[in-house]
Amino acid sequence: MKERLMSGNEAVAIGAIKAGCRFFAGYPITPSTDLAERMSKLLPEIGGAFIQMEDELGSIGAIIGASLAGSKAMTATSGPGFSLMQEGIGFASFSEIPIVVVDVQRVGPSTGIPTYPSQGDIMQARWGTHGSHPIIALYPSSVKESYDLIFTAFNFSEKYRVPVIFISDEVIGHMREKITVEDSHIVFERKKPEAPKEDYLPFDSRYEVPPLANFGEGYRFHITGLTHDDTGFPTSDPVKTERLMERLQRKILNHLDEIFLYETFLVEDADILIVSYGVVARSAKEAILELREKGVKVGLFRPITIWPSSEKIIADLALNRKVFVFEMNLGQYVLEVERIVKKKVEFYGKENGEIISPEEIESCILKSL
Amino acid sequence: MYTEISLDNLRVNKLPHIWCAGCGNGIVLSAILRAIERSKIDKEKIVFVSGIGCAGRSSGYVNFNTLHTLHGRPLAFATGIKLANPDLQVIVATGDGDLAAIGGNHFIHAAKRNIDLTVIVFNNFVYGMTGGQFSPTTPEDSFTTTTPYGHIEEPMNISYLAISAGATYVARETIGNPLMLEKYILNGLLHKGFSLIEAVSSCVTEYGRRNNLGDPAEYVKFFKDKSIPFSKVKSVESNDGIVVGEFVNIERPEFVSSYYELVKKVKK
Repeated sequence: MKERLMSGNEAVAIGAIKAGCRFFAGYPITPSTDLAERMSKLLPEIGGAFIQMEDELGSIGAIIGASLAGSKAMTATSGPGFSLMQEGIGFASFSEIPIVVVDVQRVGPSTGIPTYPSQGDIMQARWGTHGSHPIIALYPSSVKESYDLIFTAFNFSEKYRVPVIFISDEVIGHMREKITVEDSHIVFERKKPEAPKEDYLPFDSRYEVPPLANFGEGYRFHITGLTHDDTGFPTSDPVKTERLMERLQRKILNHLDEIFLYETFLVEDADILIVSYGVVARSAKEAILELREKGVKVGLFRPITIWPSSEKIIADLALNRKVFVFEMNLGQYVLEVERIVKKKVEFYGKENGEIISPEEIESCILKSL
Repeated sequence: MYTEISLDNLRVNKLPHIWCAGCGNGIVLSAILRAIERSKIDKEKIVFVSGIGCAGRSSGYVNFNTLHTLHGRPLAFATGIKLANPDLQVIVATGDGDLAAIGGNHFIHAAKRNIDLTVIVFNNFVYGMTGGQFSPTTPEDSFTTTTPYGHIEEPMNISYLAISAGATYVARETIGNPLMLEKYILNGLLHKGFSLIEAVSSCVTEYGRRNNLGDPAEYVKFFKDKSIPFSKVKSVESNDGIVVGEFVNIERPEFVSSYYELVKKVKK
């Protein structure tokens, strides 16, 4: 264990390499750029590959190719770049290629305010690409957690053969905190096929997550973004299509116990439940301590896994409590909370480049009493 | 010497292919397969990458590691594969729309990097799979479904663009001369650096029909008649026809090698 001062973006870069990342392709965009810069320094030192591509469409394509060639691969971007990556994320979801996509959110829509924070990509992380597909999206709220959670991102990606979206925000990405860097993290390696080469099915529906061979190992298999059968070749058969779509959902949703990560803070006796995540959850904790001094029993639920949600955990926490959602957008995660708790939810959101302060949260709660 | 296509390199159970009767793509694909056979490359190390469109479907028919990517992105995927594992021999099959329109930026930059990929562009002057719309290479005054009054843009010269962007091997041949096409693809496979082989192909159903290029045999004859050897005109374009030949075959530092040379220097 070592104590180090670093930013959230640096923590992601260093953690990613410890988690086995050996390939990074990206295109510079604020506020994610320093993550790419860090990777360009670190990867050659350990024999890994860094490439600055011509755009984000190229970046996501390159990491998918690298993953198929056997590397753990990552890219990092922000708002508009994340939008450009969506077709590639859809491809990786459907053809089950493990990749990690870091999105350090900035203010939007469009070019927005590049250097200011926002949480405007919550729905884009879930529904940015077309079609119905599973996704895992994780969101830290500190530098230390950025470091720890990037291991989880790579592990989930390899274990479930799914792109993992690692969402951060400008504040978490650029703030510097002293953290202890631990070397005790578990690193998961992709499951390789054991079947004879001629029998290998890259999308074998007898598995929840079929083993994935690397290109060049003699399996001669086919990968396509078209709807495919167990062999990986295109099909338009509704039965085979349904079997694939159903398995893709199942391989994630059947493992919510492992995938759904969250934190609660002072919820046991709380009458009011605040839901917030990322940098806003830090403001919420401050506000909760202030409110408790004033005798208001408030607690926090902070989803770390933003997608998918555990309906049971969220519904149980919301039971018999007044629910407030605070987020730096004009209403995204609140839709998921409302869908699950099926009762009136108080919402406070803004996307003007300012973070939501503890005072704002406090005054919002006090006004409602 | 005539090279047989090894059936082991074809996914025979995926045939017949989806290309229209009379389509030139089969001539291009067979030239690629013969070139691969002659190159003696380890088949297990071949990754055959394609984009979207008629040419993009070729990856489904060849028995290697194959990757059918997104429209316009095969070079981006191929770049990741080659850089992550330089032992792999990466071949890209793409179409004129895939490479030069939606994938134009990747094309320019892959050539600029001089990354060791062999790219065969099936140039049939049209978007075949979507039903005959104009492409970047559609000749001026031609008729397509989106140029019902005749095309007003000058066509893009893919080989010329590749040369300008920095490709170190560039050649063009039509399906009227498949043995030369095979030879250029072989040269590209053996060349270290970015190789672009422009295979001028026919689209009987969508382009030929609207522009009176006749039946498949007449179409091939049209290409033969229109071909002008590069040695004769010393230019990659001519108003009189299609210039064919090997335009560029030079050496320049290759991206992946340069990258791993750098790694050797800085590795801790």
